Amino acid sequence: MIPASFQYLRASTVDEALSLLAAHGDDAKVLAGGHSLLPLMKLRLAAPEYLVDIGSLDELRYVRLEGDEVAIGALSRYSALVQDPVLLAHAPLLAHVSGLVGDRQVRHRGTIGGSLVHADAAADLPAAILASDAILVARGPSGERRIPAAEFFLGPFTTPLEPAELLTEIRLPAQTGQGWGYEKFTRRAIDWAMAGVAVVGGRVGLVNLGGVPLRATATEEALAAGASIEDAAALAAEGTNPPDEPHATAEYRRHLARVLTRRALQQAASRS
Amino acid sequence: MKVSIEVNGRPVTEEVPDRTLLVHFLRDTAGLTATNIGCDTTSCGACTVLLDGESVKSCTVLAAQADGHEVTTVEGLSAVDGDLHLVQRAFREQHGLQCGFCTPGMIMASVSLLADNPKPTRDEVRAGLEGNLCRCTGYHNIVSAVIDASGQEVDR
Repeated sequence: MIPASFQYLRASTVDEALSLLAAHGDDAKVLAGGHSLLPLMKLRLAAPEYLVDIGSLDELRYVRLEGDEVAIGALSRYSALVQDPVLLAHAPLLAHVSGLVGDRQVRHRGTIGGSLVHADAAADLPAAILASDAILVARGPSGERRIPAAEFFLGPFTTPLEPAELLTEIRLPAQTGQGWGYEKFTRRAIDWAMAGVAVVGGRVGLVNLGGVPLRATATEEALAAGASIEDAAALAAEGTNPPDEPHATAEYRRHLARVLTRRALQQAASRS
Repeated sequence: MKVSIEVNGRPVTEEVPDRTLLVHFLRDTAGLTATNIGCDTTSCGACTVLLDGESVKSCTVLAAQADGHEVTTVEGLSAVDGDLHLVQRAFREQHGLQCGFCTPGMIMASVSLLADNPKPTRDEVRAGLEGNLCRCTGYHNIVSAVIDASGQEVDR
């Protein structure tokens, strides 16, 4: 399978990427690691006229502790995040989840920013970002703006980013001392999760329980009110609208959400 | 666009369509046909090569993305005198293949795995090779081959 024809444009700085995007707007797609976009293009589900390759922008590959926030460059690859000492110390959930995306080859190419912008509710990172209460930093023609994770996932594969905007950084409060856990259930080793649950402190993010990554708000409220892990986890599927498919019905996914939430909360409790 | 990739230590430069995939560049432009195209959907790992030393699935990388970088295919592993690479030899010794279609990708993924984890356990080998599918062997002898290549005793 070969993608439809496009014109390949390589940006060597963030500013150059922004001016290429400004010039080509709706007709252009940003290419980071390419592990969501290229498969779609090979299936002809996406056929942009221009590809703006930002893969060589090493200035967007970093993890830094800035005060009590962790700043992650959007082009950081999973294989780097999984072993990053700052992330392991201050946002261990993200390091752990980065090691569970795809397989080793995918993790050598895929980037955290690419996954978030792709906004697949079945992916691992969006729910982890949601549970981490992150802020997504985007740059565009009119400057920089900060979008809370809770406002970033508008619908399936849909974010508030404008065609000429670029996600440059992910910022999250340092999770030092907070319990965390991640559980997902897959049919085969490298499949997307049928359902997954990310927990940091008292926040719970759900993978593939609707068209967008969700917070399990009923569970969070019960925990805050002092409920036991078992009682809070029993509420994890409230308000969800999971996909209904032959190999995993909506009811089965709701069941998984409750079970995996209980396990992830128990993990978090054992680590706090 | 004009793409220059150092393939197995040899510079290969060619004007190719922008949409050319790395695996096609390797097979059709560089003439190195050991790298197989299996699923063509980033699943099976048959097309695994090393890009700047890291394993990648070359069906999901544009040749343009590898422009100016180094690629190693299984042809680039053996010494100039034809001696097999340690991992190649271990796959033969341990009978880590049957039909052989997955083998080039399996070997490149194993080389990358051992570079990061020189003494893996059998479980770590299985997890490390989760991106490579073999429809013949049931993986048992592939795992043995990687253990053998790491210099550890093969415990069946």
